[in-house]
Amino acid sequence: MVRHIQSVARAAALLRLLGGAGRPLALAELAAALDLPRPTAHGLLRTLREEGLVAQDAASGRYLLGDDLGRLGTPWDRHDLRARAMNWADALAAGTGCAVYLGVPAADGRGVDVVHHVFRPDGSPQQLRTNTVQPLHATAWGTCLLAFAPASVRAADPLERYTRRTVTDPVELARTLESTRRRGWAADPGGWEPGEGGLAVPVRSGGGLTVAALGVGAPAEELFTPDGRARPDPVQELYTAAGEIAAGLEGLV
Amino acid sequence: MSTAVPASERVVAAIDQGTTSTRCLLFTRSGRMVAVAQREHRQHFPAPGRAEHDATEIWRAVTRVVPAALRRAGLGPENVAALGIANQRETTVVWNRHTGVPLARAITWQDTRTDGIVSGLADTAGLYAEVSGLGPATYFAGPRLQWLLDHVPGARDGAERGDVLFGTMESWLIWNLTGGPDGGVHVTDVTNASRTMLMDLRTLEWSPQLCAALRVPPRMLPRIVPNAQVYGTCTGLLPGVPVAGALGDQQAALVGQTCFAPGEAKCTYGTGAFLLKNTGPRIASSAAGLIPTVGYLLGDRPVYALEGSIAMTGSLVQWFRDALGMISTAARIETLAMSVPDNGGCYVVPAFSGLYAPRWNPDARGVIVGLTSYIHRGHLARAVLEATAWQTREVLDAMNRDSGVGVTRLKVDGGMTANHLLMQCVADVLDLTVERPLGSEAVSLGAAYAAGLAVGYWPDPDVLRRNWHRAAAWEPVMEPGLREREHVNWRRAVERSIGWARSG
Repeated sequence: MVRHIQSVARAAALLRLLGGAGRPLALAELAAALDLPRPTAHGLLRTLREEGLVAQDAASGRYLLGDDLGRLGTPWDRHDLRARAMNWADALAAGTGCAVYLGVPAADGRGVDVVHHVFRPDGSPQQLRTNTVQPLHATAWGTCLLAFAPASVRAADPLERYTRRTVTDPVELARTLESTRRRGWAADPGGWEPGEGGLAVPVRSGGGLTVAALGVGAPAEELFTPDGRARPDPVQELYTAAGEIAAGLEGLV
Repeated sequence: MSTAVPASERVVAAIDQGTTSTRCLLFTRSGRMVAVAQREHRQHFPAPGRAEHDATEIWRAVTRVVPAALRRAGLGPENVAALGIANQRETTVVWNRHTGVPLARAITWQDTRTDGIVSGLADTAGLYAEVSGLGPATYFAGPRLQWLLDHVPGARDGAERGDVLFGTMESWLIWNLTGGPDGGVHVTDVTNASRTMLMDLRTLEWSPQLCAALRVPPRMLPRIVPNAQVYGTCTGLLPGVPVAGALGDQQAALVGQTCFAPGEAKCTYGTGAFLLKNTGPRIASSAAGLIPTVGYLLGDRPVYALEGSIAMTGSLVQWFRDALGMISTAARIETLAMSVPDNGGCYVVPAFSGLYAPRWNPDARGVIVGLTSYIHRGHLARAVLEATAWQTREVLDAMNRDSGVGVTRLKVDGGMTANHLLMQCVADVLDLTVERPLGSEAVSLGAAYAAGLAVGYWPDPDVLRRNWHRAAAWEPVMEPGLREREHVNWRRAVERSIGWARSG
């Protein structure tokens, strides 16, 4: 049996009360209406305020619904994401010697939309892939979204094959997603383009919501050891860059 | 921002003294930035048309950001091989050499108080153009210096006695870094000196004729030095580290982008945009009012550049955001513009304070043309972005006419390169490949390169070219017929803006 979490239920009740009141409410009124001790009500309100779901009137100190409630379900602007990510994506490409991709769920949820692409810094001819949509199950950035943003994307059915290494069995894909969630990063040994591997980590907003996948792409042998394990350095650099990008998203509407 | 660096690693420090802030960045041998620290300074606008900075506040900012950047990288002064400076150009300061105190606030490049002085120079404009390469304009430092000498009590007497010194920002910082009143080195680099209207563009020396014409006492002028040379040694801040490079910000970007061959060009897209093209040993004379300037002096012989500036690029997007409220962040103009397939027949000409190079029409004002019921916000967003692309085209066309050597690809940097739709539009309109390098800090990197070359941290400019990596490239895909039709429409739109402020 899944546990009922009391504080979440209380937070929901607080939001309903504020939404129905038609005027800002004082802490005492809220505590009384929900039969909560004042410190408990105050703690809930403060947390909700930090999340932007509750606002506090500066003059009276009374509480009302926050602006972010209206934005629930609204995706982040992809170009804001790119602008905030650009310096870190460059640093990641310089540090790893790999191409860098930033992917978000495509509008229809059926693919990963490349918002930003930095060339592999090796002088080889490359084409900009910004605004292309790639398959979820066959790329590291797509797999990353399937694993960490399951509400925003849906894998194709049937799973199309692109290379010898594409995962086309739904049971195997489920297993891959499970291990991706467990270790915290996604890997593609070349399921989209032959020989081209990828690694990706989620970029999370303040509340932990995955808003994008940040990935590096390179010939598979540079990212994986001969026995198929990911090399640790790129994964570590991905985590650092994703953390810095996430920090840069704070305060973004 | 910082990345772990081994404690034994040597880095080059760059100070980017800009219009709104002062930053210190540290670079490794591969040209990779490992740390940055930044501090803003106050903008003083004491009267309409006047814009000033407190030079002492800026020097204080330097003393804070340099240690902060080193702290972030976990390094000490012993890890710094050299220090280079890139600065906002044409900002003018005078100070007392015995106390180190400025006689007045620095007059910045945005300040237009010298329009009276400048219009008085109309009769002798040919002399300035012939010797310095610059036609008189409020933009340059020389007339500002004359204004300070005429209006600040004690300035002229002090300058004639040798007690008062003049400098642009790199001059002021080098003097302070190398000891200030206690033996500070008083120099200016050739690129900054080439923006004063006081330097002979051929000899790279102060022109006695121009100094006399602007009534500037030669004793107060700094010595003109190459861009890469050990000017002196830091005393208090970074003790023992050589101060070894200085360039004006746009020339620094030319070096940072490694545009070392004639015909290579870069455009920095910020609030405005600055296109500089390497013209080699040749001083290009411009019929279209572009500015011939020193590109850099890294070896024995100067390399010249032709410069064209566009007043409103990023600032047009800011206007679209703040004055019209069409978008909530600058980046979202791309989202809005992508909501439509084309401009719908709508064009925006941002001649907010007249048209600049190559048209030079001060009475022009901004227009939006082609409005119909069909037009909505998305079309306007596209027209705003396209305005930047077409203005780039006009400057580049004039440059190719004036300098003979055609540009074959354009290297871009600056904040607006985050806008991929705009960069594609620039490639389409220019019919050229547009390339962005890895790391968008071309200005600071150029200052670091100059300083590193001077101390042998990098052996020669060819090595620097190998540090340049392409992070993105936009290829032209626009059908030639469409490009031509759109060009005609843009020119027709510009016609509508000309002379607007004259009537009425």
